[in-house]
Amino acid sequence: MDNHMFAATELNQKNQRTEKLVRLLFILMAGLLILPVLIILFTLVYKGSSILSIDFLFTNPTNGMTEGGIFPALLGTIWLVVVALIVSVPLGIAAAIYLSEYAPDNWGTRLINLAIINLAGVPSIVHALFGLGAFVVFFNFGTSILAASLTLAIMTLPVVIVATRESLQAVPHAFREACWNMGATRWQTIRRVVLPNAVSGILTGVILEVSRSAGETAPIMFTGAVFFSPFLPQGVMDQTMAMSLHLFVVSTQVPNVPENLPYGVALVLIGMVLIMNSISIAFRMHLRGKKKW
Amino acid sequence: MVSDTNPVKLEIQNLTIRYGGQAAISGVNLSIREHEIFGIIGPANAGKTSFLKAINRMDMFDSNMRVEGNILFNGQDVRKLRNIYALRSRIGVVFPLPVGLPMSVYDNVALSARLRGIKERAELDLIVERCLTRAALWDEVKDRLDTLGSLLSGGQQQRLTIARALSQEPELLMLDEFSIAVDPVTTMRIEDVLKELKSEMTIILVTNLVQQARRLADRTAFFLDGGCVEVAQTEALFTQQTRDPRTRDYVEGRFG
Repeated sequence: MDNHMFAATELNQKNQRTEKLVRLLFILMAGLLILPVLIILFTLVYKGSSILSIDFLFTNPTNGMTEGGIFPALLGTIWLVVVALIVSVPLGIAAAIYLSEYAPDNWGTRLINLAIINLAGVPSIVHALFGLGAFVVFFNFGTSILAASLTLAIMTLPVVIVATRESLQAVPHAFREACWNMGATRWQTIRRVVLPNAVSGILTGVILEVSRSAGETAPIMFTGAVFFSPFLPQGVMDQTMAMSLHLFVVSTQVPNVPENLPYGVALVLIGMVLIMNSISIAFRMHLRGKKKW
Repeated sequence: MVSDTNPVKLEIQNLTIRYGGQAAISGVNLSIREHEIFGIIGPANAGKTSFLKAINRMDMFDSNMRVEGNILFNGQDVRKLRNIYALRSRIGVVFPLPVGLPMSVYDNVALSARLRGIKERAELDLIVERCLTRAALWDEVKDRLDTLGSLLSGGQQQRLTIARALSQEPELLMLDEFSIAVDPVTTMRIEDVLKELKSEMTIILVTNLVQQARRLADRTAFFLDGGCVEVAQTEALFTQQTRDPRTRDYVEGRFG
């Protein structure tokens, strides 16, 4: 009677019941996370998709912003994000390489790490006021794409640094030592062995930064973004409209806006971020598919 | 048999290595001559690996590791050298755990040459083939030189590591229990290669297999508890002419 050995005792049964219950609870909690995302997306599509058209994307707002399209805001957001990336990506990656590959473990390094953590915790409205004081007034850039993008860059820098540092650290130390032992300098080792294997992680940091800077409103509203501008920005010293601020304006500041307009703006904004994210995620998966060790 | 008149390649004077407060090596003196295979045997924790690490300045990677004494490579104290990179490029190292770098087999072996600035494909091809052949790996990988080195089997990765060390065209090759991850047949092939390489370079062979030291080494040192108990002609060490009873016990397998 072998079976007898495996007959469930009362204690077994109780444990198994608890196991099922706990598991269900965790699944529920994890499932709850998708709910807000689904609700937001559904609402935006339901209420905003009726206004979407090529014209909506590529024409100026008209009639006190209650009609027409969103082209200046769309273009403005692209300007802001791209200029912010140009500043923060090289800066952030260089800083992360120093912290991961060169920095000795001393109080100076710890101070820098502490600064990064604190920078990540500064509320965006404080960044906005800092940007206003530093870039608009002190450096005299005026309210411009440059000032707004620099503010965004500083705000998102910690994300790039932390993501880059983590992905550099994920490359096994033995690879570095093997390379150093052949007489390679630190930089030769970084360039030939460490960086090529950290690209996908670094990309994650950049994705996060893009999504965050495209959606931020506070840091740009005092530094470079305007309610309405009949002109498209021609360079980094121009002011510009931006999607996030435009959404704020059409939802709360302008009377008699048709209901589907703000939803349409929000839908385009979220769509931009999602498209950028999916391109980067696809690229990452492609890189990760070539599993290296 | 290496003649005693061969010039000294490596002179170790009063070498002491500490990790934190713990001494791993204390007061070791010995000299290694050009074109000899110098065996180092001894039980775990004898300080064999630390000894190798001090020679190519790997103490720089470990803030815990403190080295005292003199290590003269070609008569120059490695601890006073400013150009560490030149030193390391002249010393090939192979550790027990193989490291296949996450790049193609070809790039693994071509790396050292590329670091030296060699770019010509034909020259690189030649180096890659020669080193892989010597490491007894060429036949297995010649048709898939573009697979990732880090995805080879353990034994193959170890031979790749050896090929990479050889590609440095080192003056000194340091092997630390290289055969741990390699099958016996391949080990024998590599041992044969080492005997040939002797004419081109000096070799330090740290091994747990006393018989391997006996097969290969011209002279052998016995390390125990961070000290060098004795250095002798290998045959003498294995034929009871040891000065120290502890060496005899170890060689005959009575402890360790």
